[in-house]
Amino acid sequence: MTAHSAERTDSGGVITRDEVAHLARLARLAVTEDELDTFAGQLDVIIGSVARVGEVAADDIPPTSHAVPLENVFRPDERRPGLDQAQALAGAPAAEDGRFRVPRILGEEQ
Amino acid sequence: MSASDLTRLTAAELASRIHAREVSAVEAAQAHLDRIGAVDSRVHAFLHVGTESALASAQRVDAALADGAEPVSPLAGVPLALKDVFTTTDMPTTCGSRILEDWQPPYDATVTERLRAAGITILGKTNMDEFAMGSSTEHSAYGVTRNPWDTARVPGGSGGGSAAALAAHEAPLAIGTDTGGSIRQPAAFTGTVGVKPTYGGVSRYGLVACASSLDQAGPCARTVLDAALLHEVIGGHDPRDSTSIDQPVPDVVAAARQGANGDLSGLKVGVVRELGGEGYQPGVRAAHDASLRRLEKLGAELVEVSCPHFEYGMAAYYLILPSEVSSNLARFDAMRYGLRAAEGRSAEEVMANTREQGFGPEVKRRIMLGTYALSSGYYDAYYGQAQKVRTLISRDFAAAFSQVDVLVSPTTPTVPFPIGEKVDDPLAMYLNDLATIPTNLAGVAGMSVPSGLAEGLPVGLQVMAPALGEAVMYRVGAAFEAARDADEGGPLIARVPEVTA
Repeated sequence: MTAHSAERTDSGGVITRDEVAHLARLARLAVTEDELDTFAGQLDVIIGSVARVGEVAADDIPPTSHAVPLENVFRPDERRPGLDQAQALAGAPAAEDGRFRVPRILGEEQ
Repeated sequence: MSASDLTRLTAAELASRIHAREVSAVEAAQAHLDRIGAVDSRVHAFLHVGTESALASAQRVDAALADGAEPVSPLAGVPLALKDVFTTTDMPTTCGSRILEDWQPPYDATVTERLRAAGITILGKTNMDEFAMGSSTEHSAYGVTRNPWDTARVPGGSGGGSAAALAAHEAPLAIGTDTGGSIRQPAAFTGTVGVKPTYGGVSRYGLVACASSLDQAGPCARTVLDAALLHEVIGGHDPRDSTSIDQPVPDVVAAARQGANGDLSGLKVGVVRELGGEGYQPGVRAAHDASLRRLEKLGAELVEVSCPHFEYGMAAYYLILPSEVSSNLARFDAMRYGLRAAEGRSAEEVMANTREQGFGPEVKRRIMLGTYALSSGYYDAYYGQAQKVRTLISRDFAAAFSQVDVLVSPTTPTVPFPIGEKVDDPLAMYLNDLATIPTNLAGVAGMSVPSGLAEGLPVGLQVMAPALGEAVMYRVGAAFEAARDADEGGPLIARVPEVTA
């Protein structure tokens, strides 16, 4: 594995530090500078390994998203008890006036 | 009967004594709570022990029996350890993550409800790799669980806490979840029994999602019969889980009892060529060869079968799973429950800071991996291709099950490894689940039964069956267990060393 990843690094690697920073932004993870280095190396090795799925000739094979094929599953449209307001807010990091209190959503410029 | 003896009984034996009122459910609960108090500082199987709720539940069972009522289930009054990924209204549910530290859910999971309705005493919540991502329980935010067979080694994962609780005699029953092997691999590593039912066989309602198309809850125990008894309690249709199978639970208790009679003549057992050999430790291979001889002695016909796409299972799994994870874990947004970071000028910054502080490295890796695999431009080559491989693996199973009744393999390629050995090498960690992943991808059933020792450490035999084919799987597992115990002069778990603090 080490030799393999070294080869890939010589050619620039599939997952660069910048790529990890981009993925982290998309995934809403405020990763540290140290993590960028660690994750770049690790993700590069992992993706190099899982890319093996491409070796399988599967052009005419249908994809499976789910092991048990299911049509739409319906239930009777009946009233059922749900969470009350106090239960729903019980785990909230902040609440006010019976509602979730959240940080500023719009940026300064908006 | 002394308290330490109560912790050595099987669930079935303990239940019969409770129901005959020779032992009270409270005594049974207290004996296990005392055992946890004595050894868990060393094992660290539990993240939370619910002493009061456990004793109150046991008292209700005793009161009903004293009134002359029939036991509400065959396991009424028997203590159990619940993986900390199921919601519980009376105990925290952390999933081994900082982001859910001290979170007390407002509702019970269906599995939790069914355990309560069956009069089972829930002792507490067990340790796990964060959000069930890992194969060693080292990725818990709350510290590692130690393997009772050798406390310098891991108990497997992600359900290491549940498996270690069984092996340390802290509980006779436990619940796990298996997305790629998280019930079966810890069972193999601790000399216990673990079952991954058919996908959809046990409700996922209130089971905090890892990868929804792969996650499956199942029973863990020290004997096959105990696992079967628990399987019947938790299994069956649940309208609150749209992927739950609307069919009767296979009669696994009868199958386990039949299997214990020890005759497998007429059954065809497929030996999967691709799950063994290179990459499997010599001790694991030797134990497996001995297991095959034992199955033959029981009258089973062994047939070598080939599942040529299994070798791509791990690659497909580590694309499909992270893709689902990256989507499922988007719910941890610091707004409605769980951790919220103090820093951040906007909701988005607070969210990113919270997730950075609240998630551990393995969860972050998988979220980013999934984000990558689902990116436009990469989707077809990675996620799309992995889904096609998933189809091919299902076809391999279908072809194999057209020739044989069950398939067998070693549960794991290795014996339990030392704590710290693989924690910084994700790919080495992923290889643990080489033999267990294909069943999850295809949604079929699998179990691990203790098969013997290699280097003094437990190894497991994996038995796999078609969807809803649990009965034959339990029959084979119970027959194998009975034969192994008879040949070796007792169950493997009887040889676990005493844990010392």
